[in-house]
Formats: sequence, structure tokens, C-alpha cells
Amino acid sequence: MQASFVFAEGGEEGFWATAAPIIPHPLEFFFGLATFALLYFVVKAKVVPRLEQIYAERTAAIEGGMNKAEEAQAQAQAALEQYQAQLVEARAEASRIREDAKAQGAQIIAEMREQAAADAARITETAHKQIEAERQQAVVSLRGDVGRMSTELASRIVGESLEDEARQRGIVERFLAELESGDVVREKVGDA
Amino acid sequence: MSLVSAAPSEYTAPGVEEFWQPLFGTDGPWAITRPMLLMAISAGLIIWFLLATTRKKALVPSRGQMSTEAVYGLVRNGIAKDLIGSKEFLRFVPLLFSLFMIILVNNLFGVLPPFSYPTMSRIGFPIALSLIVWVVFHAVGMKKHGFIGYWKSLVPSGLPKGMILPIFFLELITDLFTRPVTLALRLFGNMFAGHILIVLFITGGWYMLTSGGILVIAGGVTWIFAVVMTLFELLVEFLQAYVFTLLAALYIGGAIADEH
Repeated sequence: MQASFVFAEGGEEGFWATAAPIIPHPLEFFFGLATFALLYFVVKAKVVPRLEQIYAERTAAIEGGMNKAEEAQAQAQAALEQYQAQLVEARAEASRIREDAKAQGAQIIAEMREQAAADAARITETAHKQIEAERQQAVVSLRGDVGRMSTELASRIVGESLEDEARQRGIVERFLAELESGDVVREKVGDA
Repeated sequence: MSLVSAAPSEYTAPGVEEFWQPLFGTDGPWAITRPMLLMAISAGLIIWFLLATTRKKALVPSRGQMSTEAVYGLVRNGIAKDLIGSKEFLRFVPLLFSLFMIILVNNLFGVLPPFSYPTMSRIGFPIALSLIVWVVFHAVGMKKHGFIGYWKSLVPSGLPKGMILPIFFLELITDLFTRPVTLALRLFGNMFAGHILIVLFITGGWYMLTSGGILVIAGGVTWIFAVVMTLFELLVEFLQAYVFTLLAALYIGGAIADEH
């Protein structure tokens, strides 16, 4: 059987050119085994360990990142709880302060009211005392005036000066005292 | 099959010989071939890229590290963890990741210039990878259940007595033969057929374009289809790498599962 590829020597060597394609060429077979063996040992010794290391490290890195994220979330949760607790506490405190302030305010108002009442009482008392003092003064002054005017009047009526005698005898004083006590009696003037 | 000596106007469809590209040495069973070179380049590229993008071990990855991590995550979590179970999957991740990477890169070589050759279209490579998976899933199964226990675990519990033996033989064939063979053939067949299809579209299109006449239009359409097929092939190449790794994980998971 001659094909388009014709080798210089025919016979045994020409066999492979036209051999049925499912007949393995021996050297190709062994060469394939050897080459694959070489590749396999390099892949097994170097490539796969490296790639597995990358896989493992990457998985670890991702898991580490996830753990970190979880931790951060837990921290945030804790912070939130703390914050809320503080908020509740602050609210309670604020309400307490408000109550206190209210109570204090009431107390202050009561105190001030009391003080104002005391002040008012004091002022009233002072005014009373002053009025009393002025009244006394007026009474004293009036008494003098009335005595003098009565004496004078009497003098004119009587026609002579009674002044000295009246003073000497305290007639006016006596009269006024009687006047105050309400039992005025006629008295003879100049009869003594 | 047409001959080289035929007239230039005659079209030669691409065939098996398209895939036989010895580089130097003999062109016998011990010849150094182009797919071997591609396999070596792909392994070198993968090792360099994986080591370079994981050197920094950054928690916030660079673009290179991110792409490595994306592929690694697909194999680790999308395939290994789901199919083997979260308890034992980690020790199989290097194997599954290596399988996925070497198949994906070699498949992508199928449409990427200057490689433009799917390594896995040479069946020696898929057989090598399937053999490794086959040995691994039987070995871990026997280690887990014991030699006798492993074969016993092939048969689901609760079968009627008469059914046990036939089911055992069916499962035995599946485990020993069907699984590794289909695993290798699926990958090989997809890559082989996809590549031959693209070569057919391109060489056929070229033949029509150079033939003149109405064929020029047909040749243009064919080349457009070649582009479409190439994009489709990209999808297939990724899918085959995924499926191979998925099935490898499935077989391993099945072997070490408590209940078969």
C-alpha cells in the first residue's frame, strides 16, 4: 500500500506512515508516560501544595475577616446597649432632678411667703408703734396747747392772769385728767 | 487512494499518513516524532506556567495566578471534590490536575499555530494516560477494600443469587477492559477525527480555489467552514480534556466508594 507520503526506504520503516491509527507507536507511548510522570511529580511536589496553601490562607483570611466583623458588631451592640442604659439612667436622673426642683421650688415659695408674712407683720407693728408714739406726742403737745389755751381763755373771761397760778396748782392737768376719765365736775375757779 | 504521481488536478484526501511525522532518527518504532516534541513542549510550558504563577502565593492573585487558580479550582472543586467526595479527594487532585492540563494544552496545540497538531491524535499518548488512570483506580480500590473485597465490591448488594455471577462478569469487563479502552479511544478519536476534518476542509478548499471556475466559490465557502470547524474544534478540545479528567475522577471515586 503506497500513500502520498513515500519514504526513501520502504519495508519496515514505511509501516508507521500507513499503520492503522489505533496501533500505538511504542516510543510515543513511553515518551507520553515519562513526560506525564515528570509533570505529575512537579505538580504534586510544588504546584498543588502552593495552591492549597493559597486556598487555606485565603479561607483563613476570609474567616478572620468575618470573625473581626462579628466582633465589631458585638462591640457595636454592647455600645448601643450601654448607651441605651445610660439614656434610661439619664432620663431617670432628669426626672428626679425635676421632682427635686419642683419640691425645692414649692419650699422656697413657702419660705418666701412665710418671710413676707413676717415682714408684713413686722412692718405693721412698726407702723403701729410709730402711730402710737406720734399719738402720744400729739397728746402731750395737745395737752400743753389745750392747757395754755384754756388758761388764756379763762384769763380773758376772768380778766386776770391765771397763768402762774394755774401752772402752780396743776389745775389744767387735773382738769384734763378728769376730762379723760369722763367725770368732769364744775369747780370753782379762784375759790381757793 | 490516489497516487503522488497522479495529475496535479487530482485531489488527494488527507489520510492516516498525515499524522506520521518523524523528525529525526529512524522512522521506525523508536523514531522521535513531532507529537513527542509537542508533548515535551507542552509539559515544559505547563510546568513553567504553573510554577511562575504560583510562586508569589498571593492572597490577592495576579492575572496569571488567577487563571491558574481558575483551572485548578475547576479540577479541584468541580471535578475531584464532587466525584470523589470531600473526604479523600485531595490526594487525587495532583493526578487529575496534571491530566487535565496536559490533555488541554496538547489538544489546544491542535488548532494553535505553529503547533497545529493534536498530540492526542497519536493513540500512544491517550493509552499512556488511560493506563495510568486504570492502574490508579484499581490500586486505590484494592488498597481500600482489600484484594478480594475490591472484586466483591463490583457487584451491587441486594441482587438475587442467580444474578450475582453474570453481573460480576459484566462489571469485570467494564472495569478491566471497557473503561480504560473507551477512555483512550474517546480522546484519540475526537482529536484524530477533528484534525483530519480541518485538514480536509483546508486542503480541499485550496484545491478548489486553485482549480478555477465555479469551484473557486465553493473553495471560499469551504475555507469559511474550515474556520467554523476550527472554532468548533476548540470547544471539542476543551470538552475532551474535561471529560477525560471527569471520567478518571469518576472511576477513582467509584473504586474507593463504600458502596459500589
